[in-house]
Amino acid sequence: MKKIAIVGYAQNKILASAGALNEVELIMPVVHKIFNSLGISQNEIDFTCSGSCDYLQGAAFAFVEGLSAIQTNPPIKESHVEMDAAWALYESMLKIQMGDADTALIYGFGKSSPGDLDSIISLQMDPYYISPLWPDRISLAALQAQVLLSNNIINEDEIMQAVIESRNNGLNNLNALIQTSITEDEYQKDLVLSSPLRVLDCPPISDGASAMIIASEDKAFNFSSNPIWIKGIDHRIETSNLGARNLSSSPSIKSAMKSLDIENTTFDIAEIHTQFSHEYPFLRKLLNLENVPINLSGGPLVGNVMMAAGLDAIGKVYEQLSTNSYKRGLAHATSGPCLQHNMLVSLEKNS
Amino acid sequence: MIPAAVIGVGQTNYKSKRRDVSIAGLVREAIDKALLASDVEWDAIGAVILGKAPDMFEGVMMPELYLADAIGAVGKPVLRVHTAGSVGGSTAIIAASHVCSGKFDTVLTVTFEKQSESNATWALSPRYPYSPHINAGAGGYFAPFIREYIRRHNPPENIGWKVAVKDRINALKNPLAHLQIPGIDEKMVSDSPMLWEPLRYLESCPSSDGACAMVIANKNLSNSRNAAWIKGMAVRSEGTLSAGRDEVNPQGGIDCAKDIYNQAGITNPRNEIDCAEIYVPFSWYEPMWLENLGFTDIGEGWKLTNEGLTELEGDLPINMSGGVLSSNPIGASGMIRFGEAALQVMGLAEDHQVKNAKVAMGHAYGGAAQFFSMWIVSSTKD
Repeated sequence: MKKIAIVGYAQNKILASAGALNEVELIMPVVHKIFNSLGISQNEIDFTCSGSCDYLQGAAFAFVEGLSAIQTNPPIKESHVEMDAAWALYESMLKIQMGDADTALIYGFGKSSPGDLDSIISLQMDPYYISPLWPDRISLAALQAQVLLSNNIINEDEIMQAVIESRNNGLNNLNALIQTSITEDEYQKDLVLSSPLRVLDCPPISDGASAMIIASEDKAFNFSSNPIWIKGIDHRIETSNLGARNLSSSPSIKSAMKSLDIENTTFDIAEIHTQFSHEYPFLRKLLNLENVPINLSGGPLVGNVMMAAGLDAIGKVYEQLSTNSYKRGLAHATSGPCLQHNMLVSLEKNS
Repeated sequence: MIPAAVIGVGQTNYKSKRRDVSIAGLVREAIDKALLASDVEWDAIGAVILGKAPDMFEGVMMPELYLADAIGAVGKPVLRVHTAGSVGGSTAIIAASHVCSGKFDTVLTVTFEKQSESNATWALSPRYPYSPHINAGAGGYFAPFIREYIRRHNPPENIGWKVAVKDRINALKNPLAHLQIPGIDEKMVSDSPMLWEPLRYLESCPSSDGACAMVIANKNLSNSRNAAWIKGMAVRSEGTLSAGRDEVNPQGGIDCAKDIYNQAGITNPRNEIDCAEIYVPFSWYEPMWLENLGFTDIGEGWKLTNEGLTELEGDLPINMSGGVLSSNPIGASGMIRFGEAALQVMGLAEDHQVKNAKVAMGHAYGGAAQFFSMWIVSSTKD
């Protein structure tokens, strides 16, 4: 199978509210940023794929408006997933592997500020039996947190440390929405939203956009002297029936690890799409990342652009491998309530 | 590219309200039929590719999450495609990409719409902040493009009526089709109420519930099977407001068609393609797309329709199943075109089968006539 590398990644500074900025005004700056950094234009891109969600915009066809940010004359080969843009990356890789493209532009964007994310996420559940109860995203996450705590898979101190560490790491991330550290005392005094989760355990409402460019082995060095190779990518989904899921483990992550043959791989660095603090110690153990620096960007707790945050995890590992001495990194993206759908991407330098 | 073929197609019947099934039940009905038709067990399915039009059509956000069990995706990769009206076609192409990339041997793909759960015209007419509200729906959006086609080429008034009649006569030969209108004729169409000048009620697609599924496999699994081999597939997109765009004869459609003809080694589509299922949600789009797809010269498309060449027994049968004009579960409508093209070359189209169909085209478009997906399927591998 063709080798594929990431050759560029760009992210807008994450905002608490992008105000009246529309899709085009969110996407165009980040796409221009990545093009300018590589000195290329849309003409060098064989396939374009985006990830977004109409429900965040509150109107059908958010991605159609967004396409106006891209040069489409002459018409382009383009597609869209109603998912996090990490899955747009997956689709783009298939196009390269089948020989239909050598380069791909991927972008993801989301504005959570105009709507009520708690109500919106409720609509991801069974529409007949569960959504009418309006389970909000924080209560659903808290359910899993409680299961993990009562099964002694994680403890409350680990949850708190995840928040503190994330905030400290975020201080070094110029694009982070939250750039303040917190103390244990501040954490303990924080309001509990849905036991055991406090406000500080939840990701901030975020607006933004990100973009990535990948290329086949034949073309990668045209863009970068230091491409970062995608060694493996896999994703799996679990049942939507929470009562039928074992929330204390993650069969989807385990089978993805197995299929990528990374159960015994030692990674130098990882970025995991942990939107809620309790997911951090849980996945750190599950992914065998106990002694590995994780979420040096601060992760979703310091900025969580819906439909881009998964792509950001991959992009942040790319950035770390590109600029530091790390050789091998793991990225994780997720979708759905309680880590229902998970993607793992292993990245490597100089292979 | 690794060769891939459709080895089974499954469709629900199409109706305005499938109140007998949930969304999950509707989707599973098509899947069960596709698995049965392809004689493939669940274990063989490596990935599931789900497509549908906007989530607001049912009110379920990112429905692959809720449908994970119904579509048999648990423990597997699942991808959710949304490319506006072309989505059914794009989804088929992305499913085939899973196989053609060499990553999977066999995949399941399914598309659906359960329009009765919501109101499509409402969902298609969003009130965007900071911009004027166009409460148009699809018909109101496309009617000006059609008026411009008529202005440019001055065809007789009844071309649209002819398409409407022809597709509904074909639908009478397809028991799954939503609209079954015995005795339909041009007078019935021209007497129906005007909706969006020049489109009358019977020149417009219905709102349907329904789902369509396909199993796509590579050569390892399908050598000895009756299969529809994918000879060419492509997508093209252009921005809604792209400068210089011709909405009547979009460049994206022209380029996309050329791309699949090149892949399939087709130099004269009119002679080399035996039949086509093309996306005609409003009657006049038949002649417009015949030109856009290169079946005839610009301004000549209406003549093919007028001469009856696009009828089931004609020289170039178009929309043998009854087309989008007879059944329109929006998210599935594109895949129905792709699946019906496959059924034709597999010789499984029953009463609406074109005799000796060996090469067929599936076509879908979406957005403001700006997203295109197309494929060519053949009864033979080589």
